[in-house]
Amino acid sequence: MKKSGAEILIECLKEQGVTTVFGYPGGAVLDIYDALYRDGSIDHIVTAHEQGAAHAADGYARASGRTGVVIATSGPGATNLVTGIATAFMDSVPVVAITGNVGAKFLGRDSFQEIDITGITMPITKHNFIVKTAEELAPTVRAAFQIANTGRKGPVLVDILKNVQVAECDYTPQTPILPAHKPVPREALTGAAEALDHAKRPLIMVGGGAIASGAEEELLRLAQTLCAPVACTLMGLGAFPASHPLFMGMMGMHGSETAAKAVLRSDCILAVGTRFSDRVALDRDSFAAKKTVVQIDIDDAEIDKNVFVQHSVLGDVKEALTTLLPMLSPVEARPFAAAMTRMRAQENHRRKRYELGHKVIAEAARLAPEGTVVATDVGQHQMWTAQIYPFERPRMLLTSGGLGTMGFGMGAAIGAACATGKHILLVTGDGSFNMNLNELSTAVSRGLPITILLMNNRALGMVRQWQKLFYDNRFSQTVVEKKTDYVKFAESFGATGLCIRKEKDIVPVLKKAFSIPAPVLVDCRISEDENVLPMIKPGATYDTIITKWEEK
Amino acid sequence: MENPTKYTISALVANKSGVLTRVAALFARRGYNIESLSVCATENDEFSRMTIVLKGDEYILAQMMKQMDKLIDVKKIKYVEDEAVLRELMLVKVRTNAETRTQIFEISQIFRANVVDASPEATILELTGKPSKLDGFVTMLLPYGVMELARTGVTAISRGNACIGDETDYKEKV
Repeated sequence: MKKSGAEILIECLKEQGVTTVFGYPGGAVLDIYDALYRDGSIDHIVTAHEQGAAHAADGYARASGRTGVVIATSGPGATNLVTGIATAFMDSVPVVAITGNVGAKFLGRDSFQEIDITGITMPITKHNFIVKTAEELAPTVRAAFQIANTGRKGPVLVDILKNVQVAECDYTPQTPILPAHKPVPREALTGAAEALDHAKRPLIMVGGGAIASGAEEELLRLAQTLCAPVACTLMGLGAFPASHPLFMGMMGMHGSETAAKAVLRSDCILAVGTRFSDRVALDRDSFAAKKTVVQIDIDDAEIDKNVFVQHSVLGDVKEALTTLLPMLSPVEARPFAAAMTRMRAQENHRRKRYELGHKVIAEAARLAPEGTVVATDVGQHQMWTAQIYPFERPRMLLTSGGLGTMGFGMGAAIGAACATGKHILLVTGDGSFNMNLNELSTAVSRGLPITILLMNNRALGMVRQWQKLFYDNRFSQTVVEKKTDYVKFAESFGATGLCIRKEKDIVPVLKKAFSIPAPVLVDCRISEDENVLPMIKPGATYDTIITKWEEK
Repeated sequence: MENPTKYTISALVANKSGVLTRVAALFARRGYNIESLSVCATENDEFSRMTIVLKGDEYILAQMMKQMDKLIDVKKIKYVEDEAVLRELMLVKVRTNAETRTQIFEISQIFRANVVDASPEATILELTGKPSKLDGFVTMLLPYGVMELARTGVTAISRGNACIGDETDYKEKV
């Protein structure tokens, strides 16, 4: 049957099971928006800014595992997506970004709102396309979804010329095909199984790849079979239940002391879906010295990239672990694991002496409604959340790990609310929140159940902390005394505004906030001197972990 | 890097606009040092062939091949062993006068280069061969004055029966 390009696009989105898209209309996508309107079956969430829409599509994908879709017009609409696409790229999130562009007649002539968005996004997408004829539109959109979800996931951009949206072309519906993962052969795992069986002090290191693969059950069985402690990277939090005695907390620059000790004492590390980033491995040369490292990853380019490994397994984590599990000899008890579990319990106990910001997060974790999904921005509040909040299941924490995008949280919270229908807790800071606070209007107009904990220290806390540590307290541009009244701000946007000034406010205010199934902003007035600890300096070795420091 | 080695890589890539940009952008972003890169048509309209000479070590070689393999438009990538057939074409314009002409012609004969253009003050020579042979030829011509020089960069093909397109994913990935 004949359809216009814009209609074909909508049909192709429906083929892929897309029910929700995020975006912002404009000149070069008018036909797509007209087709969306006439079709009426896809829910479109219009944001305040295209960056918010890109983060929302990303948050939608992170929270649900489905592909996030964002639509933007040409020129500034497209360039506003860039940070959002790069954020999804660094964290391997499947997002399809659709942009309009000027018609073929105007292409390459510096026409109004013309931009080479495929050129701009080349290094931050898995792949991108420019569609110049209606005939290639359907195959391209199908390919985009397939690429976004195959192997290591990631964003794909499809730039559609205006004339393609109008042109008529034959359309035949097609059921999407997602190629199955290549099976991981038993032989590939022999070396890995032997190394794990021989290890006295094995440590399982879990990254975001375990969540992307949906390997939480296999991971739990693996840890129990080996009786091995588990540490998660920031991206891996939730893949292993935080309440499990074998959970050692987060590892890396601001990871737990116990996780750092476990790394140092282990004789074998099983790295599952993690890329040994500089925030995790820190000094990559010493990280795995005198240890056997087994790495399971779906991306061949991550093997031997940052840390050289003795045994590598190329493939999907879930499939690899399913094959590996029966090859391992079960271990009933292990002194190393018992010692680590004890140390973790002691560390948790020590941490009870929380400062206000910590206490707010700990109480929020206790009081949040069942099934709450947590989104964060980037900075101190992000690390506190990662350290304190007990993430019991995957896709419970949405955070910008690789790119570290301040301003990610508000959009991500909107996307997650649309994807899950659950209560969303956004933990943010006054620095990050100011970057995309415009999206509070989107959350309000949609009536989304988002509780925003604004860790307001009137400073760019993380940068300020580094200035304390490395720049002799020269707080260049990090103490910004904004005069914003966040309670009034929230109210003016149609949200509820609350405030926590003292410890005794925490419980009643949080209880009230969580009882409202709509946007609530809680202004938490915390001290600018609350630090994130422990800390391992960038590029330093794990034994140099700082657990406390005296204020000057 | 202490002693960068040269490695040659062949790649079959989709014959589409923008593919060269993707490959070149990857090299720039990852900081790979490329000595030469040549692109040409193949027996199949859907593919172009790239021959890349990389300067680096084995770590960079492995990373570059893996990163290139991740590009959707790169269909097949192969390391070219030293024993493969490697050829490069060069055109060189040498300053010539009545006195030096015979000498230049003699050098050309030794290297089996062709004289493709001659004028009273200059001669253009054409030579095909291994890069090292071309280097040797240039060294011999330098004393006479090399006015201009153009080289295509290496193109390579493996010896014997084996072909880059043999393996199945060549067709699957199209």
